[in-house]
Amino acid sequence: MKFETVITAEKSGRIDIRELLRYKDLIWLFVKRDFVVRYKQTILGPLWAIIQPLLTTIVFNLLFGNLARLTTADSAAAEGAFIPGFLFYLSGTICWSYFSQTVTGTANTFINNHRILGKVYFPRLVMPVSGSISNMISFGIRFAMFLCVWAYFVLVKGSGIHLSAYAALLPLLLLQLMLMSMGFGLIIASVTIKYRDMMHLMEFGMQLWHYGTPVAYGLSLIPARYMGLYMLNPVTMVIVTFRYAFFGSGYFNAGYYALSWAVTLAALALGLSLFKRVERTFMDTI
Amino acid sequence: MEDTIIRFENVSKQYRLGMIGGTTLREELQRFGARLRHQEDPTAKIGQSLYTEGLKSGDTFWALRDIDLEIARGETLGIIGRNGAGKSTLLKLLCRITAPTTGTISYNGRIASMLEVGTGFHGELTGRENIYLNGAILGMSRAETDAKIDDIIEFSECGAFIDTPVKRYSSGMYVKLAFSVAAFLDAEIMIMDEVLAVGDAAFQQKCLRRMKDLAGQEHRTVLYVSHILPTVSELCSRCIVLDRGRVTYDGATQDAIDYYLEHELAGRTFIDYTDLSRPVNYLRRPVRLLRAELTDRDSSVFYDSEPLLLRMDIRFQEDCDGASFRLEIRTAEGRPVATSPLEGFLSGRAGEEKTILLRYDIPGLVPGRYETKFTFYYRREDDSTDNLECVDGIAFEKKLLRERQLRWDTGHWGNIRLDAPKLLELGPAKN
Repeated sequence: MKFETVITAEKSGRIDIRELLRYKDLIWLFVKRDFVVRYKQTILGPLWAIIQPLLTTIVFNLLFGNLARLTTADSAAAEGAFIPGFLFYLSGTICWSYFSQTVTGTANTFINNHRILGKVYFPRLVMPVSGSISNMISFGIRFAMFLCVWAYFVLVKGSGIHLSAYAALLPLLLLQLMLMSMGFGLIIASVTIKYRDMMHLMEFGMQLWHYGTPVAYGLSLIPARYMGLYMLNPVTMVIVTFRYAFFGSGYFNAGYYALSWAVTLAALALGLSLFKRVERTFMDTI
Repeated sequence: MEDTIIRFENVSKQYRLGMIGGTTLREELQRFGARLRHQEDPTAKIGQSLYTEGLKSGDTFWALRDIDLEIARGETLGIIGRNGAGKSTLLKLLCRITAPTTGTISYNGRIASMLEVGTGFHGELTGRENIYLNGAILGMSRAETDAKIDDIIEFSECGAFIDTPVKRYSSGMYVKLAFSVAAFLDAEIMIMDEVLAVGDAAFQQKCLRRMKDLAGQEHRTVLYVSHILPTVSELCSRCIVLDRGRVTYDGATQDAIDYYLEHELAGRTFIDYTDLSRPVNYLRRPVRLLRAELTDRDSSVFYDSEPLLLRMDIRFQEDCDGASFRLEIRTAEGRPVATSPLEGFLSGRAGEEKTILLRYDIPGLVPGRYETKFTFYYRREDDSTDNLECVDGIAFEKKLLRERQLRWDTGHWGNIRLDAPKLLELGPAKN
């Protein structure tokens, strides 16, 4: 007698992508639900997606630009080029907020959804995948706002910034951002099941991580001898390359870019394998 | 068996007691420290089940043990058993919510589970949106839901409100909608865990009929877990009885129910608490219950106004002055019914052991199954209670010997029948 589905006690380390694809309708519905629910009963609706980074940018501009006068240049060569501070902080902020939202959302997957996960089976990866997609939609809204501000500075103010060839990397950058956010999120989610301490650690950790990423300052602030260490943070190259793409000057290093991909894929692989290990029995401990 | 659709082979599920509930790094370290000093685990929790007594944390507890089961296509299988017998665990394994510790479960086709209605419903979404969402959660594609949506809406009787957010629905409508989605899913295997306990009687009947039709005409396989035995006998052709993780009976529904009523409900009259692990805040309290017994009977069934005789052996862990005891009675569903305290009678020196014999007269308790809690406590200065020992007690059943009696509506009237009033006057109206 042959059966279609066989459940055994042994753990299998394989991620079943085909199964995940069969649930694409569910992924899509979760994305839609997230989006609808997030803005229902708010007066401003999706506008909230842009208000938040806009306010952050204004504060950063005042704090780090006008008061602390931190450099906004990513390389010594770009020191001369004038980049509008507002645009500089906005670009970093929208990338960073996607990263931090997705990491936090993915990390809380099991805890926030344990009711539904405890009642019905579907591939558990559906949750983090749909979460990162719906955050990508918010990112899209913010990116559109960024483009408007950017166009204003280019066309009206005539600042010296311009698009560079690195803009072609944009899809790759977004994909990388998505994969690394999920990777780190999955690692935290898997560990949180056993140790709730991680949740508190994560809040604090994300804040530190923010300081370790060139969001509020330019890369040229980092001394050259620490650069290798600094570049282990994969978010850095994404943000720096993003800025190069839209400002026409900045920093790019193929070696470090490859390193950031290596870290991204390693995090993803580790995240997936940990997730795979805990997903079958996490309901017993949560 | 030919045309087997589900097969359980040697399936067991083990829970580690201390692991139920999350752990923190600190607890882990405490546990490790306690293990080094060979002490009782301070983070141990008492499981919900009646069967976890005598277990320490780190001890393992088998929720299911060596289950071998074959279910044929088109069969309607009822699963009955006491709380904690492993019914829900069995379904959870089949639904892949958690994985078995040993053994293999195989099945063909899709499973639609209705483990709890409204799972995955979101209050802000409309009924229609929730149908799509719930359908997708249960594994339906958008096209499949499209094809079924009219049937679903019609069956749910929610047509007029289908484009209203479900947070405005009454709980009855919620249930109807959720059931309808699952009932129209093209799944070969349908699983229901007491969903019918909610919703109005007419809808319950409609659901039972629908499930029966699905099994009879379309050859779907239905697994049904319920405490409501009449619905089990109405729906199911075959029934298994679970007790402490094992299948103790497997056969025709009526025989299984008879077996269950005879063997399982009779229950135990004795519990040994000596090895029970207590929550950390009860570890060093003065009074510890060692054993409890309902004396002079071999079943825990009480008839009419028979008194309940409770004997308890206790040990004083510290000197104790004027402790009290209370018996709490709850329904099988856990709803409190009544409590009887006996105050300030218990004193002793550390290390001393005593036996207590109590007699409870409970003529007002209406027929039914009851669970108890045994609690020793101090009455504080401000008349509040400070619990010293608090354990699940012995469950019992109250029955009436009289053949005909007023049918008691416990849902509205409660579980206590107060003494009839003294009729002082009844005559022609005088005004």
